[in-house]
Parts: sequence; structure tokens; C-alpha cells
Amino acid sequence: MSETGIGKRVLRREDQRFITGKGKYTDDINLPRQTYAYFLRSPYAHARIRSIDTSAALAAPGVVAVLTGEDLAADNIGGLICGWMIHSKDGQPMKAGPHPALAQGKVRYVGDHVAVVIAETLNQAKAAAELVNVDYEPLEAVIDTASARSSSAPPVHDEAPDNTVFQWSLGDAEAVAQAFSRAHHITRLELVNNRLIPNAMEPRAAIGDYDAGTETFTLYTTSQNPHVARLVLSAFVGIAPEHKLRVIAPDVGGGFGSKIFIYAEETVCVWAAKRVGRPVKWTGDRSEAFLADAHGRDHVTTAELAMDENGRFLGLKVHTIANLGAYLSTFSSCVPTYLYATLLSGQYALPAIYAEVDAVYTNTAPVDAYRGAGRPEATYVVERMVETAARDLNMDPAEIRRRNFITTFPHQTPVIMTYDAGNYHASLERALELADYRNFGARRTESERRGKLRGIGLSTYIEACGIAPSAAIGSLGAGVGLWESAEVRVNPTGNVEVLTGSHAHGQGHETTFAQLVSERLGIPIDQVSIVHGDTDKVQFGMGTYGSRSGAVGMSAIFRALDKIEAKARKVAAHVMEAAEGDIEFRDGNFTVKGTDRKMAFGEVALAAYVAHKFPTSEIEPGLKESAFYDPTNFTFPAGCHVCEVEIDPQTGTTEIVKWVAVDDFGNVINPMIVEGQVHGGIAQGVGQALTEGCRYDPETGQLLTGSYMDYCMPRADDLPSFELDFTVTPAPSNPLGIKGCGEAGAIAAPAAVINAITDALGVRDIPMPATPEVVWRIARDRAPRLAAE
Amino acid sequence: MYDFTYHRPATIDEAARLMAAASDGKYMSGGMTLIPTLKQRLAQPSDVIDLGGLNNSGIELAGSTLVIRAGTIHEDVSLSATVKQAIPALAHLAGLIGDPHVRHRGTIGGSVANNDPAADYPAACLGLGATIRTNRREIAADDFFVGLFETALEDGEIITEIAFPVPRRAGYVKFRNPASRYAMVGVFVADTGSGVRVAVTGAGPCVFRVPEMEQALTSGFTPQAVEAIRVSPDGLNSDIHASAEYRAHLVTVMAKRAVEQASR
Repeated sequence: MSETGIGKRVLRREDQRFITGKGKYTDDINLPRQTYAYFLRSPYAHARIRSIDTSAALAAPGVVAVLTGEDLAADNIGGLICGWMIHSKDGQPMKAGPHPALAQGKVRYVGDHVAVVIAETLNQAKAAAELVNVDYEPLEAVIDTASARSSSAPPVHDEAPDNTVFQWSLGDAEAVAQAFSRAHHITRLELVNNRLIPNAMEPRAAIGDYDAGTETFTLYTTSQNPHVARLVLSAFVGIAPEHKLRVIAPDVGGGFGSKIFIYAEETVCVWAAKRVGRPVKWTGDRSEAFLADAHGRDHVTTAELAMDENGRFLGLKVHTIANLGAYLSTFSSCVPTYLYATLLSGQYALPAIYAEVDAVYTNTAPVDAYRGAGRPEATYVVERMVETAARDLNMDPAEIRRRNFITTFPHQTPVIMTYDAGNYHASLERALELADYRNFGARRTESERRGKLRGIGLSTYIEACGIAPSAAIGSLGAGVGLWESAEVRVNPTGNVEVLTGSHAHGQGHETTFAQLVSERLGIPIDQVSIVHGDTDKVQFGMGTYGSRSGAVGMSAIFRALDKIEAKARKVAAHVMEAAEGDIEFRDGNFTVKGTDRKMAFGEVALAAYVAHKFPTSEIEPGLKESAFYDPTNFTFPAGCHVCEVEIDPQTGTTEIVKWVAVDDFGNVINPMIVEGQVHGGIAQGVGQALTEGCRYDPETGQLLTGSYMDYCMPRADDLPSFELDFTVTPAPSNPLGIKGCGEAGAIAAPAAVINAITDALGVRDIPMPATPEVVWRIARDRAPRLAAE
Repeated sequence: MYDFTYHRPATIDEAARLMAAASDGKYMSGGMTLIPTLKQRLAQPSDVIDLGGLNNSGIELAGSTLVIRAGTIHEDVSLSATVKQAIPALAHLAGLIGDPHVRHRGTIGGSVANNDPAADYPAACLGLGATIRTNRREIAADDFFVGLFETALEDGEIITEIAFPVPRRAGYVKFRNPASRYAMVGVFVADTGSGVRVAVTGAGPCVFRVPEMEQALTSGFTPQAVEAIRVSPDGLNSDIHASAEYRAHLVTVMAKRAVEQASR
């Protein structure tokens, strides 16, 4: 077994360059004769554009071009698309308004793209942008999610006069109605899943370049899926045919979903490069990221859970209004539908589920996938409901879960998914043990002695990852397949290049993917390089999101390695003059069974390229194989997180004093990297629960949380040391048994935190983020009641 | 950032001359507020006059007065053995400002001259009854902090040092804005030997004193003395992070904790 193989805590190979400033991000790339783009953005949430006068800006020093939506139209450049078709209950397709890269006739949110100024320097572009004279006719704006569909709300798009993108449903309404009629108790909650702004460390950036000699475009961009970007920009936006467009996503500093989508800025940069005949570079600043990166979450939900007298669940009914913002971003429509309602069964044997989702337009930034994408929203609904149901029935929240857990697999839920493997009791019991759940009462008493309120909350979450299988998602409306590709190139000297369709932007693929190769071929990890992110180098791939790179991306590599091994066996057999069936391959050596004949993997690689010792009419020279892998199912990571809080009722400050997470990610390649993913995910989930919340002015639609002065990201000192453990039930749907770990923390955490806070305060619900003032008000109003008790 | 002319004078007189000659000049000390403002294109001065060239930093205890020169960075105040010995609450306060980057660039003179309503130093100056010395005169802290980002400084006037009378005991506790980590409410309490002073930052448009608390603490310097004293929310700041009512409540809680800290 290789020292750098599967299961080893190999240090991240990419970190040396990242932490010594040697990473190469889009903004680090500078092309000869490049120009700088600055986007003039809408100051209004909703306005008609009567006219745009660019003449003064064009005359300003250093200005190369000022382009507007009219110029896009003149060049027949199409709008941005939403790649997942959702049909309403009545069979109507979703109502998608136009999404031009530069506004045409109207602006629909503060930060919407009005014009681009391209100049010799960024400062000149900014100065000239102040001279663009836009004549706006301000319109009334609709901001609030819950009231977007009201008859008095102004329509964001003419195509959807009632601001309704779709009214979708999943499940069996009749079965749920019957379950509710038999119910002993019904728990009801109204829940808001707060809107979040992603905040990857590296803001988005793009450089467009056009080679007039070969008539080819190159786009350098901060993308999680460069091939999908090329496909959309070619097939739908119409920048250039695919073979005339190269998309390069170099080192990318975090994405969390926000860099999946195809954005206006990169579209404009690559288009404008040909118009101005020079490279066009744009680097977003943090303010632009707040305004115009696709936001996440933003649900308003009513949920009802019916149960019998023993606390067994009979049925779940959910109605959700999902805010999709001003335009349908690339995958926005699938997030509150197939990535959300399909997970409403949680870890529970729920006989009947019915969910309705109304998706609405508002005059706010587009909303799309953000770490977890629909699944945190589902887990929040389910786990808040289950905890509240236990309290309603005066039952231990752990016990109500035990009574309702799914225990046999495969398990068909009422909402499409077939869970193929899991052990929910195991992760719950282990988490309760680590959290010392039994002695919580004593700790609460001790806190009370110090004037503090202590609470404990569970979150037994499930997610569907590895997204995954192409035919299944195709039947649900996806415009693409979600397999993954890999090519393994063994060089004559025996080292290996892996070209993967996955894309790393913090996940550590250069380490984990190489660990797989090291394990399989028995060669040291430093003999392996991982190549990704360049459509001219790598075969078509689907990119990284939905915790899919391990389960799907590595499985593609695994399959390509199968082919490499098979061919190498043939070569080895010929060279060692043995029957292929007598060749054994172990620890990097090919041996002939029962003899001392032996060739190292590198020797076989060289023999494959020299091609002297085998008939090339039967075996092609060389050693390079590829695979496209489509899994047979989603994967279903699940686990139990336990959060314990202590609240200072004097100030309303919530301190997380203990966090236990027991996750089942199936087989794990690198435990250290997986733990890092869990830590980061929990931090983001705690951010959602305690500190983060996008706020727009409800009248004007101005973004009130447009900087770190007002948008509160969680910091290290907001978090405790996490106590992690793992249970393992391998995923049956891929050869490596991997389930995926990237989103689990963000999915599990918000419900755990809010369950703990509501436990401490003795209230039914508290809105996220549970800021000190919100907590203080509840604690204050509760104090007289406590004194009376 | 808009273009401006940059100067780095070596003497106070030269700095004042440059300011007088500029059409819309701006002094810069650590630049921890000015530079972000410039980068956001929210300010467009004709000239930036960098006071860093004056090399005016240092800390000295002269009898019962602690003198900190205007160019002294927060980090030096927070780590100074002299400050820790004379007014530990002041060293503690300096260590709570911003983050390590800010504490290594930002200066006491710059902070006091800027008079950000959520800054920490104004609370120390007012709470300790400090004297702000400039190139022209001496100004009592009670007269110095005039309003929102407004001080008694005249055009071109430069703070040279700040003199803090050493109190018998003092404490500073702040409740941070969770996002910016500025003071949402910070309370500085000082038992000066001739009465108690209580100064509040973050809660209102400008640092202010709370006479009811001062009287109560002068009668008896205990946490219980202030716990029932409420300040009115009228005129206090209200924003997405905290209402005026919450801030008013926090003034009492922080004052009580500052007294506890001072009594330790």
C-alpha cells in the first residue's frame, strides 16, 4: 500500500504555492496591450432607461470604448440563460424574462450592468464612467420575498406579470391530506431561510482576449466549470463556436457555488475583446461582489408535520416562496425545486410528503446555488420541524428521531430519492456520546448559576450529492448531463498526468486525486500531476459543485486507471513473455505468477511507448486512457451535528460552547482534507445562523449590507474547536464508495444552532441570523416568566 | 482613487504651511480611515499631507500625567509597560482597536482627530479628562469632541500629543458591532480621585458622559451603583445592527462591567 494512497493524511500539495503567494489567479495574469473594464451599475432597483449618452465618456482621457446593451444587440450577442427547465403544476414552462449582459431598456436591481467603460487604466475607466449620462425613469421596486406575488407589486419582467417564475409541486397531496386527517398532533412552523451573500475570498475576475489571426477567443475567468462556461457562451450567448473559444479557469480562490454561473462581466470582456481589438480585463472589487455575485437561500416557508400518538411521522406538508432575484441565474430554477424538495424526507421514514414551491422575481440580485444549494434549506425545514415536534410532544429530541429513522436500504422516499446506504442510528448515538448529551442538564444548571442560559440542539441531516445520474436529472429538466470525465496520461518515464473535468477552487484535488493514482499505480504522489481548468488541455468536463468531485470526478479517474492497468498488463505479459492471465499487479510491480519475473510500473510504461516487444497490430503503442463516468445514483451523505450554546441574557450574545459532528461520507480519501471541509462548512452554517444576513432597503432596494462593515462573516473566534468523528457506510453507486463532504457542514449547522438557541430561550422559533439584539429581546421578555416559574 | 498631490513634511510648521497652501488638503496620520475612503472614491482631496514624516511618537509618564505623542500607534500603546502600569485600562482599550494591521498603522492622534462615533480613544480621552495638545493650544477633552466626526480643531491645526491624568482606577468594556468590530457601545469608567467620569462611545453620534452614573459611582464605586441607571434611547444611534433602545440598554450593562473591571 502506498504511503501517499487512499486514507492517508497527506499534506495539501497546492498549499506551498498558495501560502507563499505563488498561486496564479486570474488577476495575476496580464496580457500585452490589455485594457481595463469598469462596469457602470444601476443605482436604482428598478428603472426604465430612457437613453444613455456616452459621448462625454468616450472623449475622456484613455478611453478605448464605451459599450451598452445596444452594442450587444447589434452584434447579435444573446442573453444569459437558465439551464434547468421547471414546469409549473399546470404544465406551463417557467417564465424566464430576458437576461442581457448589459441592460436593454430596463435595470432590475441595484448593481445591474448598464454599460462598460474600457480604458487604458482602471482609474481612467472609473473616471469616464462618471461621465456616462443615463436618463432613468425610476419605477416602483419589489424587494420582499413574501409579498412579491401580491397584486400591487410591480412586475419585474413583462413575461411574468405576477412576478411568478413558476408554481411547482412535488409529492402526493392526496396522501398527505389523508395522513393529516389521521394525525394525533400537527406541528406547524413558519420559517425564513435568510438570504446570504457568498463572499469567496477571491472576487470574480475575467480577461477576454481575441486572436484575429486564428479568429479564436480566450477567456480567463474565475469559474468552477470552465467547459460549461464555454458551452453556454458558444451555444446560447453566441460569442464564438466552441472550437474557437478557449476558457481557462486558473487558480480560483473559493467559489461556494457563486462561480458556477455564467455572468455578465465575463461575457462582456470576451465579447468586447474583439470589438476593441485588445485584451479586456476586469477584476471585481468586494463591493461589486456584494452587489452582483449570485446570492443564496432566501426562502419563506410554512411547514406542517403530522404524527401519531407515539411521535411517528405520518406526513409532511411544505409551502415555500423562493426568491430568485431579478433574473434567472444559470442553475437558479433547480435549487429551490429538485435540490430542495427531494430532500424533505430527511433521515426519516415519512410515508407522505407534499411540497409546493412558488418562485418569484424581485428587484434584487439573482439568487442561485450557494454551498449546499437547496439542501441546507430542506434540512433547516426538516430538522427545525422534528425538534419542535419533539418539544410539542414533550419527547426527547433524540428519541423522536430514533423512532422515525429509516433503517433499511434501499429506501424509496415519497420525493423521488432512493437512499441506497446509511446508518442513521450509528451517527446519532456516537454524536450523543461525544456531546455527553446525558449530562446536559447538569451543565445547564451550572450555567444558570452564572446567570447564563444554556441550550442544546441536534441536526440529523441528509443531502444528495455527487450530482449525478445524467438520465435521472435529464428527466427532471436539466439541460446537461452530470457525468464527469478523466484522462490519464502515463508518460514514457512512468510519471502520470491526470486531466480532470473537475475543477479545484479550494478542495485540494491536486492532493486527493493524486492519492488515488498513487494508490492504484503504486507510485509516489510526486510522480502525479493533476491538470484542470483549461478547455484547450482538458476534455469536456462538468466541473465542481454539489460535493461531486470525489464521487463522480474521482470515479472517472478510477475507471480510466482500470483501462491503464488492463493495457499495462497486456504490455507486461508480452515483455515478460507470459500469459496475460498470469500477470499480477501489486504495489507498483507487475509480476508473473509463480516466477521471479517482475517489472516496475515505470518499466512497463516505457515498454508501452518503445513498442518493440509487442505486436502493434494487436496492442496500440502508448499508455493513455480516458473515461466518462456517469454514476448510477446520487450519493447520500448524512450525519448528526450537536450544537451547545450559552447565552448571556444581559447582552444577547450567543456563545457556541461545544460542537460535535459525526458524519458519514462513505469512504474517505484524505481525512485531513475532509475535516477541513467540515470545519469550513460548519463555519458557513454558523454564519447563516448567527451573523450573516443580506438586507435590502425594503422600499428603495438599496443593498444595506454591501461591505464587511455591515455584512457579518463568521470569524475564527465566533467558533469553538470542533469535535469530529465519522461513521462509514460506503456509497454503492460509485466504485470508490465515496459520498462527498464539501457541503455537509453548511447543511447541518443552521438547524443545530437554532435548535440550541430556541432550547436555551424556551421559544418556538427565532429568525436567522439570531443576532444579539434579537436574542436579548427574547431573553428580556422571557425573564419575568422565568422568575414566576 | 482620485488623483491628489502627496506630501510628507518633516516638521509641523512645514505641514501647516502645506495645508494652508492646499485648496482642499487632508492630513493623514496612520491613514486607516482616510485610505479606504480614498479607495472607495468617497473623498477627493487636492493634497494629502502625510504626518508620518514628523516621527512624532512616544510615551512618557511625567508625574501623574501620561503623555502619548500623536503619532504613536495603537500597538505601542497596548504593549507599553508604562501605559500598563499607569493606566492599564488605556492599554487594554488600545488592544481592542481594529485588528493587528490597524493597530500597527493607526495612531492615537489620527483616531482622536477623526472622532469616529464608534472609535475607542474618544471614550478614553473623555473618560479620563485628558488634554489634547496641538501645535496651537491645549484643549480639554470635554471641549474637544463636538459632534459626529467633528472636533474643536481649527483648519490646519495638528494634534501633537495627548495628556492623560493617571486615575485611581479605570475600566473600559465594549460591545463590538459583530460585523465591523467597532464599538456598538463602549463605556470608559474612571475613578479620578476627584470624582468619577463615565464616557460612552458607539451609542450616540459623538462620545458623551453619563452624569447620573458619575454621581452614583462617586457615592460608591460598585457595579450595583449603575445597574439600575438607564440612559434614554432618544438621540442614540439606530441601524441594522442595533436599535437605540438596545444600545441604551447596553450602556448600562457595559458600564457595570467596566466598573467590575476597574475594581479588579
